[in-house]
Amino acid sequence: MEDLKQKLMKKHLLAPGHTACAGCGEALGMRLIVDAIGPNCIIANATGCSEIFTSKYPQSAWEVPWVHSLFENSSAIASGVEVALKARGKTGIKVVAMGGDGATADIGIGCISGMWERGHNILYVCLDNEAYMNTGIQRSSQTPFNASTTTSPSGSESMGNQTLKKDMIAIANAHRVKYVATVSLANPKDLERKVKKAVETVGPSYIHFQAPCPLGWGFDSDKAVEIAKLAINTGLFPVIEYEDGQLVKVQKIAKKVPVEDYLKTQSRFRHLLKSDAGKKVIAQIQTIADANIEKFGLV
Amino acid sequence: MAIELIEGSLAIAHGAALCRPGVISAYPITPQTHIVEDLAKMVADGQLKTEFVNTESEFGAASVVLGALAGGSRAYTATTSQGLALMLEVLYNCAGMRLPLVMCCANRSLSAPLSIWSDQQDAMLMRDSGFIMGFAEDAQEALDLHIMGYKIAEDERVQLPYMVNVDGFLITHTFEPVNIPDQKLVDEYLGSYKPFQVLDPANPITMGCFTEPAYHMDVRYQMHKANLESTKVIEEVAASFEKKFGRPSGGLIRNYKLDDADTVVVAMGSITGLVEEAVDTLRGKGQKVGLLKIKTLRPFPTDKVREALSGKKHVVVMDRAMSAGYGEILGSEIKAALYGTPNPPAIDSFIYGLGGRDIHEDEIIGMINRPNPGTHRSEWVGLRPDLLEE
Amino acid sequence: MSKMLKPGINVKPGSSKENKTGSWRNYYPKFDHAKCIACGTCETYCPEGIIFGDKEHKYDADLDYCKGCGICANICPVKCIEMLLEVR
Ligand SMILES: Cc1ncc(C[n+]2csc(CCOP(=O)(O)OP(=O)(O)O)c2C)c(N)n1
Ligand code: SF4
Ligand code: SF4
Ligand code: SF4
Ligand SMILES: [Mg+2]
Repeated sequence: MEDLKQKLMKKHLLAPGHTACAGCGEALGMRLIVDAIGPNCIIANATGCSEIFTSKYPQSAWEVPWVHSLFENSSAIASGVEVALKARGKTGIKVVAMGGDGATADIGIGCISGMWERGHNILYVCLDNEAYMNTGIQRSSQTPFNASTTTSPSGSESMGNQTLKKDMIAIANAHRVKYVATVSLANPKDLERKVKKAVETVGPSYIHFQAPCPLGWGFDSDKAVEIAKLAINTGLFPVIEYEDGQLVKVQKIAKKVPVEDYLKTQSRFRHLLKSDAGKKVIAQIQTIADANIEKFGLV
Repeated sequence: MAIELIEGSLAIAHGAALCRPGVISAYPITPQTHIVEDLAKMVADGQLKTEFVNTESEFGAASVVLGALAGGSRAYTATTSQGLALMLEVLYNCAGMRLPLVMCCANRSLSAPLSIWSDQQDAMLMRDSGFIMGFAEDAQEALDLHIMGYKIAEDERVQLPYMVNVDGFLITHTFEPVNIPDQKLVDEYLGSYKPFQVLDPANPITMGCFTEPAYHMDVRYQMHKANLESTKVIEEVAASFEKKFGRPSGGLIRNYKLDDADTVVVAMGSITGLVEEAVDTLRGKGQKVGLLKIKTLRPFPTDKVREALSGKKHVVVMDRAMSAGYGEILGSEIKAALYGTPNPPAIDSFIYGLGGRDIHEDEIIGMINRPNPGTHRSEWVGLRPDLLEE
Repeated sequence: MSKMLKPGINVKPGSSKENKTGSWRNYYPKFDHAKCIACGTCETYCPEGIIFGDKEHKYDADLDYCKGCGICANICPVKCIEMLLEVR
């Protein structure tokens, strides 16, 4: 068995022994992404779950060169690495910056804007688990409309988070990022293809990965992939691809599913199912999904 | 070697450029602007080969140079005041990660109220960071400290960032004759950058791990110890620099007419020129006064301070910054250094020159000759009673 | 290996393998090799990256690291992985 294991185990670039929760969609997605990037890279990672569960001294799950500095600067750290490689005449190494949705869309957006504006040859990956998970499920600008988090709890006076997801894809396109795509656990082949395309892009590229989080979203540890599929099939997470600002491909919805089927799988939306007011909110969320479907031609 | 009459900022830019940083990243803020403008011009004119990165903020610039060091390149940044405050999170991180950045700070006050003028309040943000902190007294020393800064920071025994403090405007915007060393000499002296830790797919290390209580304190202790023990390297470098470039510069402390002095003024930065004049004036009147210049605030040169001040009757410490709710900063560090030594001197401390407030020789003489030595603690000099009293 | 701290406290790649997360598990996956069609789906989807196999040997998990999340069992197209209570 040991011999067989040695022989048949694929060499992943994210090693086991990391401390992500069982069934973590972020850990799974990150492994798929890093495997697609390949060994000839340098990664700068923001503070957050992805950093904490991979780099507890004196151990690291990373098989590729990797650096963590702060919560909000992985893009600027990556910028520094990229120019240092240039200064040293080193070519062919892909520099990658990575961060959670909070690190990306909230606290780190200034540095990301700078990185994109300067046009560095860097792939930026957002691991979007739709809240600040590492610090205990606080809302971010990627938290869905009316999801309950610890800083946007539902209660007698509130249905949860009152804001819409900040549109990172539009923000990336507005910076003339050359390649922009969303990826999902539902389609690992598509994920691999897009990440490889982003790596081959000379100049800025952006991958937005939806990372189902069993702990923060409230679902059983075996359900991350199922939930990712539902997010696509409701229209809540459009799987799309842009080259030079042009929409080049969308993943069509095989069979459209009402948003309620997605919402009821997760305890962060459970409060919506209990009241008439909640039903109204569900109707609003359906409008959001329908607008996505309309905008991107998903069916 | 050429002596030129140039602005302090240009001298600083030359100091940085001579060290051939592979990456420079900075964000403009008065009174640091001329430094980065001069460097940008050198790049544009083909005199300096470096990756010059304009960022969206000082926070970004500090992060870029941190990344550049992790990527194996020598790196440089310059800032001041609000910019330094904005960089702070990155700078503490840089020291903790043991990356040998050299950063110039054109010392300026911190808002509020907003003021672009000089004092050393911003530098005090960095005291506990792990950076080695040198203070220049003129443009020449500002240039020299850049070369010495890299030599110290990149020493295997140190591996810590170095901060060159220069008084904003007073040094950055003043024209002085400056000896610009030959590139060849600097190349010989510094050599190319050989990082002790570098991100490289051929040897894929993980940098920037987090620590649990089982490790954190020991890592911090090791960093603190490296900072403390860099006093030795700083002295070695001051000596080797003098040998190579033919002038004394930098070091831990410098004395002026101190040996036979009864009263010693302790000061830091560009004010020391004026204090020397005050010392000469008083010596002309038969008063045995001397000056101790603190050239390195971190590591704090405790032994040197004790040695210099032991047996003195009276010490006058001048602070161009203050700890709100406490008062003196340098003053309390000098007192702490002398605590427990036999027959310590009477110590007075004064706060002066905040936010660009002028100070004159007679005010310094006034500090030295205040009646009842040893009873003046954190006294503010140069306040305007018309603004503060009915 | 010496525990001595080095400036920068950089660590070796993949050293997390020393951390056997298998101890976290309440359930473990049991693979029915007779039913397995060797599609490799479970291998792709294991968040720990610790499922291995091929057509000839079929698939198994490295129980040193398996956290028992059950994703493999849930995703298997022929449902040949069963999550069984770990008895320690
Ligand atoms: C400047 C700063 N503010 C706050 C924090 C605390 N903090 C660490 S990680 C984190 C949230 C991370 O959220 P996200 O980027 O979405 O990553 P996740 O943990 O969800 O994967 C917060 C708030 C910090 N480390 N630094
Ligand atoms: S909290 Fe969520 S994202 Fe973080 S490790 Fe656990 S499952 Fe993964
Ligand atoms: S139960 Fe989870 S961790 Fe264990 S082998 Fe299956 S997918 Fe991997
Ligand atoms: S998913 Fe099921 S059928 Fe496919 S390889 Fe794994 S165990 Fe075999
Ligand atoms: Mg998050």
